[in-house]
Amino acid sequence: MTLAEKILAVHSGKGKVSPGEFINVRVDLVLSNDITAPLAIKEFNRLGINKVYDPKKIVMVPDHFCPNKDILSAEQAKIMREFAHQYNLVYFEVGRMGIEHVLLPEQGLVLPGEVVVGADSHTCTYGALGAFATGMGSTDIAVAMATGEIWMKVPPTIKFVYRGKLEKWVGGKDLILYTIGDIGVDGALYSAMEFTGEAIDALPMDGRFTMANMAIEAGAKAGIFRVDSETKKYVKDRAKRSYQVYQPDEDAEYTKTIEYDVSRIEPQVAMPHLPSNVKPISQVGNIKIDQAVIGSCTNGRLDDLRLAAKILKGRQVSPEVRCIILPGTQQIYLDALREGLIETFIKAGAAVSTPTCGPCLGGYMGVLAAGERCVSTTNRNFVGRMGSPQAEVYLSGPAVAAASAIVGQIASPEEIAS
Amino acid sequence: MKLKGKVHKYGANVDTDAIIPARYLSLSEPGELAQHCMEDIDSEFLDKVKPGDIIVADTNFGCGSSREHAPLAIKAAGISCVIAKSFARIFFRNAINIGLPLLECIEAVDSTEASDILEVELTTGEIRNITRGKTFVAKPYPDFMMEIMNAGGLVEYTTKKITGGL
Repeated sequence: MTLAEKILAVHSGKGKVSPGEFINVRVDLVLSNDITAPLAIKEFNRLGINKVYDPKKIVMVPDHFCPNKDILSAEQAKIMREFAHQYNLVYFEVGRMGIEHVLLPEQGLVLPGEVVVGADSHTCTYGALGAFATGMGSTDIAVAMATGEIWMKVPPTIKFVYRGKLEKWVGGKDLILYTIGDIGVDGALYSAMEFTGEAIDALPMDGRFTMANMAIEAGAKAGIFRVDSETKKYVKDRAKRSYQVYQPDEDAEYTKTIEYDVSRIEPQVAMPHLPSNVKPISQVGNIKIDQAVIGSCTNGRLDDLRLAAKILKGRQVSPEVRCIILPGTQQIYLDALREGLIETFIKAGAAVSTPTCGPCLGGYMGVLAAGERCVSTTNRNFVGRMGSPQAEVYLSGPAVAAASAIVGQIASPEEIAS
Repeated sequence: MKLKGKVHKYGANVDTDAIIPARYLSLSEPGELAQHCMEDIDSEFLDKVKPGDIIVADTNFGCGSSREHAPLAIKAAGISCVIAKSFARIFFRNAINIGLPLLECIEAVDSTEASDILEVELTTGEIRNITRGKTFVAKPYPDFMMEIMNAGGLVEYTTKKITGGL
């Protein structure tokens, strides 16, 4: 069995599962946020029961339109907060919260070998820890909150092998954009993506989270990494309970195996309006930008901020660019502050925000006007994603976004550094 | 159950931001969401759509976010079913859970144009293009999913399971 199949077999009480099989899966954690929880709560109440299966395993995070952006958002957040308190769920208030997919691993709430379902498509981020994590809708999450179980169809697994050594300025974001550019936005539809190879072994955890995060952008059900010493080091001081490590069998069956030589990969940019519309930075051409956003569940971690700071240090954001930086959690914000990164950002002329998903989905904190262009370390560049349907979003890693903020057009970090 | 309606046709990768832009996600009433359905990619959709109409689209319909607001908006706008070459998986689950029928049929999509009139028999998966006099059969649903749909959605299915002591 593949890694995904192994985890699903254990959580469905079966010795073996095969792709296509319908199973009932026991879940270790159920997640929702201020946008999806209100709908889930409405459906939960329709079930006619008055208890959740385990309050310690249900997490709610106000991160999308929080701190509340307007009256309607405040009402939504209130519905979630009151439900969370009523049922004594795991809840992180503004001032202690973070972007859910950065926050939960940081808090040790997700561990290797577990099954996590969340009413947010980027729940797949936790695959970086060797967990089987997948996004669902609010009704599914309502049922999972009530019963601790949910139905799944066992996905086939596609194996991705990344060989060679990464070039300077190339990281997890570039690898996943390159992969999506190669296989397309439905290239892994209904499948699990298993990421392996020596470039993955050498990739720090923050880069792995970025890659797993965007598995959904290839249509995948999950993006999953094997547990190694890096993973164990990450969870060591965070885990508050024991966990089980699973490895794929030697004779595991994959629908296909795709290999890449990463030494040939440059920093990547996804042009409007699909994450698969990817070009290497050298072929992007002159694209003037109005805004650069660095943050999100994709690239709001400490390594991302360090990389951005390396480029912004001692330089100035172009007078024609709004550069907005959003640390993923309060802890990351504090760590960045202690390391002097926040000072670097502010001196460079960037705005630094409390953690929120805000601009990524055109909520607030950086909404685009018609005709504006934004380079963003987020995960989607669909029409209207960050505001006006006449705006354009270019996806990149933090190095390209920071370099672009300085130059005023999409730029290679090499251009700045040299 | 038989459905009949006029076709609204779209291309590949219609994403959830196109179906219901995130700026409206502080709404959760289906009727309110429907007022903004498809507005960023088809500003005329709301003027054109009539109860019972059918969306026909290419591959990967509903890709992107997990927002259940997307199938809710489509259903509340009066759309009776969506026919596509393939669906994004979270959208697929959400639609089944809230009772918006989806059908996968490559041939029907290729042979259908905007404004054609289709008749769909959900129990058999038969799609009749009345305008062009052609008939197609969609991929059948797995038995397990039919059980959820026959119960009326996932909440009803689960309630039955809980009260039935299963």
